[in-house]
Amino acid sequence: METLFNQGSNLAGAVDRAFIFIFAISFLFTIGITVLMIYILIHFSRKKNKHPMQFSHNTKLEVAWTIIPLIIVLVMFYYGWAGFAPMRKVPADAMQIKVIGRMWAWEFDYGNGKTSKELVVPFNKNVKLNLYSADVNHSLFIPAFRVKEDVIPGYNNYLWFRPIMKGNFDIYCSEYCGLNHSGMLAKAIVVDSLDFKKWLADLKVTGNGPEHPGLALIKANACTTCHSMDGSRIIGPSFKGLFGRKSTVVTDTGEKEIVANEEYIKRSILEPNAEIVKGYMKGLMQSYKDKISAEDLDKIVDYFKTTVETK
Amino acid sequence: MTHSTTAEPLNYLNHKTGLWSWLSSTDHKRIGLLYLYSITIFFCAAAVLGLLMRIEKIAPGQTIMSAQTYNGMFTIHGIIMVFIVVIPGLAAVFGNIMLPIMIGAKDVAFPKLNLFSWYVYISGAFLGLYSQFANGHSPDTGWTFYVPYSAEASSNVVIALTAAFVLGFASILTGLNFIVTIHRMRAPGMTWFRMPLFPWSLYATAWIQILATPIIGITLLMVIAERTFHIGFFDPALGGDPVLYQHLFWIYSHPAVYVMILPAMGVVTEIFPTFSQKPVFGYVPIVFSSMAIALVGYFVWGHHMFTSGISYESRWFFSFLTFLVAIPSAIKVFNWLSTMYGGSVDLKPPLLFAISFIFLFTIGGFTGLTLGSLATNIQLHNTDFVVAHFHYIIFGGMGFAFFAGIHYWFPKIYGRMYNFRWANISWGFLFAGFNLLYFPLFVIGIQGMPRRYFDYDPKFQTGEVISTIGAFILFIGLIGMISNLVYHSKRGAIAPANPWHGVTLEWQIPSPPPHENFDEVPVITREPYVFDHPHTN
Repeated sequence: METLFNQGSNLAGAVDRAFIFIFAISFLFTIGITVLMIYILIHFSRKKNKHPMQFSHNTKLEVAWTIIPLIIVLVMFYYGWAGFAPMRKVPADAMQIKVIGRMWAWEFDYGNGKTSKELVVPFNKNVKLNLYSADVNHSLFIPAFRVKEDVIPGYNNYLWFRPIMKGNFDIYCSEYCGLNHSGMLAKAIVVDSLDFKKWLADLKVTGNGPEHPGLALIKANACTTCHSMDGSRIIGPSFKGLFGRKSTVVTDTGEKEIVANEEYIKRSILEPNAEIVKGYMKGLMQSYKDKISAEDLDKIVDYFKTTVETK
Repeated sequence: MTHSTTAEPLNYLNHKTGLWSWLSSTDHKRIGLLYLYSITIFFCAAAVLGLLMRIEKIAPGQTIMSAQTYNGMFTIHGIIMVFIVVIPGLAAVFGNIMLPIMIGAKDVAFPKLNLFSWYVYISGAFLGLYSQFANGHSPDTGWTFYVPYSAEASSNVVIALTAAFVLGFASILTGLNFIVTIHRMRAPGMTWFRMPLFPWSLYATAWIQILATPIIGITLLMVIAERTFHIGFFDPALGGDPVLYQHLFWIYSHPAVYVMILPAMGVVTEIFPTFSQKPVFGYVPIVFSSMAIALVGYFVWGHHMFTSGISYESRWFFSFLTFLVAIPSAIKVFNWLSTMYGGSVDLKPPLLFAISFIFLFTIGGFTGLTLGSLATNIQLHNTDFVVAHFHYIIFGGMGFAFFAGIHYWFPKIYGRMYNFRWANISWGFLFAGFNLLYFPLFVIGIQGMPRRYFDYDPKFQTGEVISTIGAFILFIGLIGMISNLVYHSKRGAIAPANPWHGVTLEWQIPSPPPHENFDEVPVITREPYVFDHPHTN
């Protein structure tokens, strides 16, 4: 369905006006300079012109070719600004979708535990994407919508758009993020409002109903920046299948075997460097003693217990 | 010493012989040639990597190499080309060989420091190579080393960063040497505004080198400290800020673009008057535009970060300044055209390369404006459009200016002449190949093809295939040009001292120049580009 230069969002028109203006001027000047250069090479060639003129100044000309380009680039700047300014003004009624970028997949979180691998949005409705990274820098790029914003760990970047064309549009990661960077793809799927509501209602809840309060705490404290939920190795050991897992840990006095039970998990949060799972680095995690209360610790442990039961 | 058996007069090439006489020489011309040879070797190596990447991208999916190899390859291609070839490039080669001669000096201000700089440079270069092979896993961060990825990726990143840090020192020392040389060593009577424009461009460049390079040095040390001692500067997992890294990186790396392009502008500014037998048009504006570029170039780094989440205000402010820095470049283009206009224009190989420089630099400049504009930047940032743009500026600009410079000063450096026909044919392949290689990347970039993509959507394949064909044509040109120059540096016809009838000082001494350049210190009495008796045959 998709052609190369779709104007898929409300923002695309102004961006393309800036493109057309800048390219038109660039084309004219490049052609002009090239034609003049060829004319000089032919008309003032050594064969034809045996008496080179010796002038080296012309104040009027020099002022003109300073002022005129200055005006032109200021107009270019204006077009660029005019196309860009609306991108930062998010309408108050915009529907919010949380986007999580991780090596090497996108996840679109519609709230209430409903997540999708594709970005499905209702036609002609304002949509704001809140961008979060689970690991390194990524960048969410939807060429047909003319939007792009980096997805940076620790930053709450955003972008918004109103889709004005139905169909499937490519989503790329455009900030290099390692081995499978070019495979970090998704689709933006624009559908009718009614279809969207139906799709959202049918969307499977990936958690158990509303988010577990323990999981919310894990996310709020950005634990998942270093501990993956899917078993992949980031900086610390993955949370997947954590509860009850046997590991070898390194302590000040040597190595020992542990089982990740309630006590161990709490100890790892309060004194993270006392026992380091073998193969991981010491000193990367700080103590959460003053940040997570005793009750919240219980909720987190409770969450880990539930992940075992659902397996 | 063999001058008793040959009629060749003594010059800097033959007054001493043997490898050690080169490796221990403090003669600026010999050091310049050491740079020329080392840079050429590294350039060829990185160009081969470029060709291999182009072959990989002729079709979607894996063609000849794995994704890991591809990612390592664009990283080392970038590191070699940027830090080892282009940043030292023109200044280290032609600056060293020509700067003292053009200002009437016997050498640079600190000849031993100059030799030391080369050793620092070559150590950094080999360290860069070593980072590719150590532990069997080359760094795969891209030459920009963005954190947090570079803080977590394979451990050879530290070696690569150290290499870039060491290379930075060579750059600082050369810049310092040139500034002192220009301030203290000009011939009697050579006032600032009687100095030729290539030395002027080196002067502007040298200030950027000594003021901006320390910032990248510190930044790279911070990444090393973060990786080694887990001090949280940039990695959010350690409480750092990844965007801070991008600021620090581009505060250096944007001015570094002007370290690359300013001397290139200086080279072609020497070529146009000689081959038109006409004074440079607008000498003073060219001087001030160089200094303006050097100054304003410090304040536009944010245009590399329009999508990184920096504030709305800083985005439009950096965009605004980026448009302003275009003006001095535009002024130079008009000045070059006006220098040729009305002259007696002789289309010899150096001028052929110089006018292609104007054409390619103009395209690079205008696409730079497209990237500097906010709305269009959002679409183009981190796409192949950016790749095409900076290759037009760096390869089409700096590279073709380098080719122009080597064809211009070759008879002076070696005392021999290359084959013109061979040079012109090579130029044809280079120019056609270059445009075929990079222009399609503009088109697929606009369509949304991201850069640093191992695999891609088949809808981009037409552009990728044309680009790969262009790479092969470009390679034929490169081989033709380099073999013409290498062959004729020893066996070419003996060149007269002033084959192009230039008027600057380097053309007033024998070719190759004597060991100490001038038998008598020249006394300068007038502007550099005065053609009393224009040569029009």
